[in-house]
Amino acid sequence: MRVLACIKRVPIPGAKIPLTDDGTAVDDERLGHTVSPHEECAVEEAVRLVEAHGGTSTVLTVGPPDAEEQLRAAVSTGVDQAVLVPTDGADWDPQRTAAAVVAAIGELEQADGPFDLVLFGNESADAGGFQVGIRVAVALGRPMVQGIKEVEVDGDTVRVSRPTGTTSEVYELPLPACLGVREGLNLPRYPTMRGRLVSRKATIAEVTVDGPAGGQSLVALESPPEQEVETEVLGSGPEAIERVISVLEDLKVLT
Amino acid sequence: MSDFPARTDVVVIGAGIVGNCLVGHLSRLGWTDIVQVDKGPLPNPGGSTGHASNFIFPVDHGKEIATLTLESQRQYEELGVQVSPGGIEVARTEERMEELRRRMTSAKAWGVEAELLTPAQVKELVPYIEEDVILGGFHSPTTSVVDSLRAGTLLRDEARDAGHLQVFPNTEVLDVETEPVDHGLPRVTAVVTDRGRIEADHVVVACGVWSPRIAEMAGATIPLTPAVHQMADVGPIEILQETGTEIAFPIVRDMDTFMYERQAAGSMEVGSYAHRPIFHHPDEIPSNDEAALTPTEMPFTMEDFDDQLEDALELMPSILETAEIRYAINGLLSLTPDGGPLLGETVEVANLWSAAAVWIKEGPGVGQLLAEWMTHGHPHLADPHGTDIARFYDHERSERHVLERCAEHFNKTYGIVHPREQWATDRDMNVSPFHPREVDHGAVFFDARGWERPQWYEGNADLVDRHHVEDREVEWDRRWWSPIINAEHLHLREKVAMVDLTAFQQFDVSGPGVVDYVETMFVNKCDQPVGSSIYTPVLAPNGGFRSDLTVLRLADDTFRIITGAFDGARDAHWFRKHLPRDGSVTFTDVTSATCTIGVWGPDAPALVGKVCEADLSAEAFPYASVQQTRIEGIPVTMFRISYVGDTGWEITTATEHGLRLWDTLAAAGEEFDVRPVGIGVYGTTGRLEKGYRLMGAELESEYTPVEAGLARRKVKAHDFIGKEPYLAAREEDPVAILCTLTMDDHVDAQGRTRYPTGGSEPILTLDGDRIVDARGRVSIVTSAGSGPSVGAYLLMAYLPPEHAVNGTKLQVMYMNELFPVTVAEAGSTPLFDPDNTRLKG
Repeated sequence: MRVLACIKRVPIPGAKIPLTDDGTAVDDERLGHTVSPHEECAVEEAVRLVEAHGGTSTVLTVGPPDAEEQLRAAVSTGVDQAVLVPTDGADWDPQRTAAAVVAAIGELEQADGPFDLVLFGNESADAGGFQVGIRVAVALGRPMVQGIKEVEVDGDTVRVSRPTGTTSEVYELPLPACLGVREGLNLPRYPTMRGRLVSRKATIAEVTVDGPAGGQSLVALESPPEQEVETEVLGSGPEAIERVISVLEDLKVLT
Repeated sequence: MSDFPARTDVVVIGAGIVGNCLVGHLSRLGWTDIVQVDKGPLPNPGGSTGHASNFIFPVDHGKEIATLTLESQRQYEELGVQVSPGGIEVARTEERMEELRRRMTSAKAWGVEAELLTPAQVKELVPYIEEDVILGGFHSPTTSVVDSLRAGTLLRDEARDAGHLQVFPNTEVLDVETEPVDHGLPRVTAVVTDRGRIEADHVVVACGVWSPRIAEMAGATIPLTPAVHQMADVGPIEILQETGTEIAFPIVRDMDTFMYERQAAGSMEVGSYAHRPIFHHPDEIPSNDEAALTPTEMPFTMEDFDDQLEDALELMPSILETAEIRYAINGLLSLTPDGGPLLGETVEVANLWSAAAVWIKEGPGVGQLLAEWMTHGHPHLADPHGTDIARFYDHERSERHVLERCAEHFNKTYGIVHPREQWATDRDMNVSPFHPREVDHGAVFFDARGWERPQWYEGNADLVDRHHVEDREVEWDRRWWSPIINAEHLHLREKVAMVDLTAFQQFDVSGPGVVDYVETMFVNKCDQPVGSSIYTPVLAPNGGFRSDLTVLRLADDTFRIITGAFDGARDAHWFRKHLPRDGSVTFTDVTSATCTIGVWGPDAPALVGKVCEADLSAEAFPYASVQQTRIEGIPVTMFRISYVGDTGWEITTATEHGLRLWDTLAAAGEEFDVRPVGIGVYGTTGRLEKGYRLMGAELESEYTPVEAGLARRKVKAHDFIGKEPYLAAREEDPVAILCTLTMDDHVDAQGRTRYPTGGSEPILTLDGDRIVDARGRVSIVTSAGSGPSVGAYLLMAYLPPEHAVNGTKLQVMYMNELFPVTVAEAGSTPLFDPDNTRLKG
């Protein structure tokens, strides 16, 4: 089967997120980059499905040239192919991103056949718009379910489930389909040293496509007011035990 | 949390390994009011200590660092935070095997257990190594792993429990205040933090990669750059997990690929010094809040690590192939222009101390050394020659210089560095006015802290045949050396030569209080008639050498201090620091205003006599005297002295007259075949034949003038720094005597003729045992070089009295082989011209 995982390069901030001087973006110059935990699970699922059913796994991103780092990271965990849809470096809005993904999928499918599954993270780690996956599915005319924490492929269908409070919903979708998956779907593997060396030599395919911008635009980012954190030393050694117990009881950790 | 105090004796900024060790040692030495602040939380405030790999390979070629490292291991052991899995440095090349043999020699010198292993023996200890890749290994079983954060906590607690220390984490320093001092350096007065302002007599900057920023608040410089060291934690690895412990297998240093592999519980830490130098500005390091991990665990740049990954896989394929990369960082550490730590009082601000650029392996030793320094005015643990922050001249403190030199030496962290190795970057900073003539004559320049000095001249290559000088057989022995040096030496002894001495630092001290000042600073009596010279030790308060130099009395109220280029910056700081506060003495660095040529050799009087107005006869211009005169109209100061053993003068003039002076002397010398000769003659061959001692080699604060053979018969009445211990040393029988030894046989096991480079090679008994004196000091080679006129290869070393007897047969270890040597002179009598008849003309 052919499985595609879509990812987005995002910065890894600390507790305090630095903003650019004009307040319209995260200042990521000194930050490392990754993809969201949901997307890590999407990549892992693509690898596992191909391990189980045969076929090809592909990872795709719409992003700046530096997003090659995230594509290679995916390859180093076992993804077969990597595709970059280069942007001008700006963060495209969900409509434009979705249009580009749809166009890229069109090109890739024309060359190598349709994807049985297109996996998205439930939402991106930075913008959190929850839109791209659904927009792509609608444009492709394929069924789509969000919030997935279980995936099981059986012949021409995929059975998926998502937790809803104390129970869970189970869906069966005909392939080809799209899924928005969530952290917890699986435990993503780390890249192996050998995998990293393979990914280093992997070819990153570039598909240059674009789409019309939508109506959503970013006005400004604001940092929340800093929270004062008070630290109290409860004591040291055995004499601190009673205080520790009483704090844990207050927190209802101990009852 | 206690209220932030308004006043204390000392504020230590930083709670990494150095700050923590320092507060512990200050407390032990009797400091009872210490405040320590750090902007991060405890026990890991987020500096380099927090992500350190924490292993200690005890063998270093340098004495100072080896001393600090071994002392640190001792202290970690005492704190109960050390395990010793051992370590193996493996070689992939024959050149590296030779370096490992040199390592064996240094291990012998410092008394560290070590052995060379075959690849199969390495495999026995490290079963997952691919033995076909390596040629052998250097095993040091006492290589250890320490818990540096725990060590810091224990030392802080010790000081706090003693009631001597208050600690304030999460406290950011906003300013360091100073006040001007009449006729002195500004003095540090207070530290302003986000918790409040605190007045302090002393402030210590122990802020690792942030140190330059904090020092700058007070107007001081700490020349270092934060630099990336990449490290990846890979696992899980079954054979490591099975050990059930933090570390059971020896740490492997893959020296030729500049990498290490160190077990960390069930995984392996793979670290590298092979990637491109990656530097960050201290202001660009994210805060604790902004950092994803800690501030000094910067985002890993995988592409810089890929080549190293391949190297690691080649060495340990069986376990690393499938190991997962779980944690990887661009860890920040501090690099300095010459690779050494930055310790001691800053040169710009009194009582502002630097404790920066220190590795985990030296932390506790450095804490002790600095605490001693702050308490006694000078450290006792080791001579701080190579670590004193004052060693840097102003031109070595620029960001440009720091970055250029650090970029050059980063990849030499595991490199093979020759004792005579020269810098390639940021050269030609300081050149003498004679430089164009020197270039014309094919000078090969060596760097002396920014000063370009001809080491020899290719233009003198014809002298090699004339004097039948032999080359050296082994490349290592002849690296940064030339047979031309010995030929130049013989030419000087036979005819006459000119030596550029401009790199010497010249300081004028003058004023109504100057006699009292110089008598206080120097051991030998300085209040001599105008025109006299005084060769004298400068002592540290402990009675050991602080410096060794010459003072000229130029006028009733003016003395000129002449000291070496390597020591000039340290000495200038020392002399400035001790100027009287009443303004009765002024200090002027006249180095830039002057240039000097040494003219020496049997024909020197005839040559100089042709052009000089003064009467040069021994009666009119006796040895060791100084005169102001003219050479063909050029005003000069002439000093009849010699460091090479033949008669002549050091001729000093103003910089602008320099080229004219050179040309005048060269023209006058044509009929005598005068040659410019290099520092190879001046600093090594000529000096060793005369048994002259060199500051930083033979002379250091561990040894006294008595032991160095430089004590005069009488001691002056005036008080001087170090007088009391000096008097005591004179009363005792010396436990070590500085000796000159000759090498009896140069041939090694392969039949090659070898020449020790003078890199701390141990002197051993005929049984092959180390020689240690009653104070625990080991006998090592302090200088080595040819003695072309005495027909021997000469070594200097301190020996205990039972060995310091002329004719005693001993051995020297060089590249892990033993060579026979003989004590030629126990004491300071020169081997060449022992009566100094040639010298005095």
